[in-house]
Amino acid sequence: MSAIIKAEHLTFMYPDEPAGNPPVLQDINLEIEAGSFVAILGHNGSGKSTLAKHFNALLTPTEGKFWVDGLDTSDPDKLLEIRGRVGMVFQNPDNQIVASVVEEDVAFGPENLGVPPAEIRERVDRALKMVGMYDMREHSPHLLSGGQKQRVAIAGIIAMMPKCIVLDEATAMLDPVGRRETVETIKELNEKYGITVVLITHHMDEAAQAQRLVVMAGGRIIDDGHPREVFQHVDTLRAAGLAVPETVSLLYELRQEGFNVPLDALSDEECAAVLAGLLRK
Amino acid sequence: MALKDITLGQFFPGHSFIHKLDPRSKIIFTVLFIVVIFLCKDLVSYGLVLASLLVLVAISKVEPKVFVKGMKPVVFIVVCTAILNLFYTDGNVLWSLGFLKITEEGLWKAFFMVLRILMLICSTLLLTYTTSPILLTDGLERLLRPLKKVGFPVHELSMMMSIALRFIPTLIQETDKIINAQKARGADFDSGNLMQKAKALIPILIPLFISSFRRAEELAVAMECRCYHGDEGRTSLRQLSLHGRDWAFMIFIVLLLAAVCVLRRFGL
Repeated sequence: MSAIIKAEHLTFMYPDEPAGNPPVLQDINLEIEAGSFVAILGHNGSGKSTLAKHFNALLTPTEGKFWVDGLDTSDPDKLLEIRGRVGMVFQNPDNQIVASVVEEDVAFGPENLGVPPAEIRERVDRALKMVGMYDMREHSPHLLSGGQKQRVAIAGIIAMMPKCIVLDEATAMLDPVGRRETVETIKELNEKYGITVVLITHHMDEAAQAQRLVVMAGGRIIDDGHPREVFQHVDTLRAAGLAVPETVSLLYELRQEGFNVPLDALSDEECAAVLAGLLRK
Repeated sequence: MALKDITLGQFFPGHSFIHKLDPRSKIIFTVLFIVVIFLCKDLVSYGLVLASLLVLVAISKVEPKVFVKGMKPVVFIVVCTAILNLFYTDGNVLWSLGFLKITEEGLWKAFFMVLRILMLICSTLLLTYTTSPILLTDGLERLLRPLKKVGFPVHELSMMMSIALRFIPTLIQETDKIINAQKARGADFDSGNLMQKAKALIPILIPLFISSFRRAEELAVAMECRCYHGDEGRTSLRQLSLHGRDWAFMIFIVLLLAAVCVLRRFGL
């Protein structure tokens, strides 16, 4: 598999930042495989959102290189092409919906790309079916719930047929139901349609569902691997101001007390099984 | 404050003949109809125009009481115009008291002015009640497109208009939230004189402005992410097309215009 996102020695500083401050991103090296589901986890101010903005050339590196599907993001002529390949869903669903009817909004991206009207229709219908919002295609967005709005926003990105979708804290403003809806939708997109998904979050339980977990702190990548592996590094995560999932936390405490339990039980069921085993002994 | 009651560009979905018309023909119709209303001079032409308006309202199948409700905001203007015309027109005096006098001409003029204003409002209401805001902006964009050649930002304006329409409900919801938040902090919006009431609005308006700027920035970024780059090479999901009914509708208004012109020129 080839890399769809590639960062090489990426360092980024906001231009109006005072000279003494450390860069927001420092020497990031990252490759994301096409078709994978990656979560980027970090505390506020860890640089994860700044990194996300590099994924579709909203920001370009101060130093180093960034490639999207082989295209250099610092080349202004490639901007539209890059943004057509990497779609982005933001935190506040209200502030990314452009039109006053659901299907109109989904059509916005393809319209900008100059797709012929008949094909836009097809893409819009398909995208809305993929996120399960087809029945509400003629609704007004302000009447939808947070989770539904976010699914409309995702459909708007899918209709552009990107190779990769980046969700920049897209679940942060949603209630638990909305969060579950959104995460399930993107998981399905990844599994069924092979779209690369990059989920930027500070929710452990969401990050745990990814195939790969990248942990950021202070503008650097401090850990990278399968969630099962990464969550075992409880001390590293806590030092970065991140809480580990409750299951791992419980097992970690037990381990500190001298019990021989594995740390990689992420789901409630797995954890319960481990505890049951412990009790039986 | 009952913000939810605000009816801005209200649209009543339906499937009537008027609803199905292309927005462009409806816009042209409304503009010409306004011209016709101003050209009316005599009872016959007023009668003709009023009759056609009432028929159209009936065809639209929008409830007449909604039209009445829509005309309420102009009642004050209508009454003022009527009074001014009634008392300040010279001519054949019918009744007088001190410096006040009512003339026959004044009576007619007042009647026609009231009719004129009500018909103006009614005809524009007919347009907004039967055309969704999106179609309306679309239609305007298409009609004004020739102006692009002289550098008029047609697409940008219609984009701004549709975004404004999109955000009206969102901002209303937000205003409600801010009002409640300020009330919870002890703000009082309902007592005091006009000045005090106006001042009480500041704690609502400032947070609203700040959040609007934030929204604007986020929306701009989101639009950029979806490859928005003006109307260059842009296509549209909705394709407008003129059908037989649109031509018939436009021929009708041209005929009405002609009839009123003839009546105006030759009288009866």
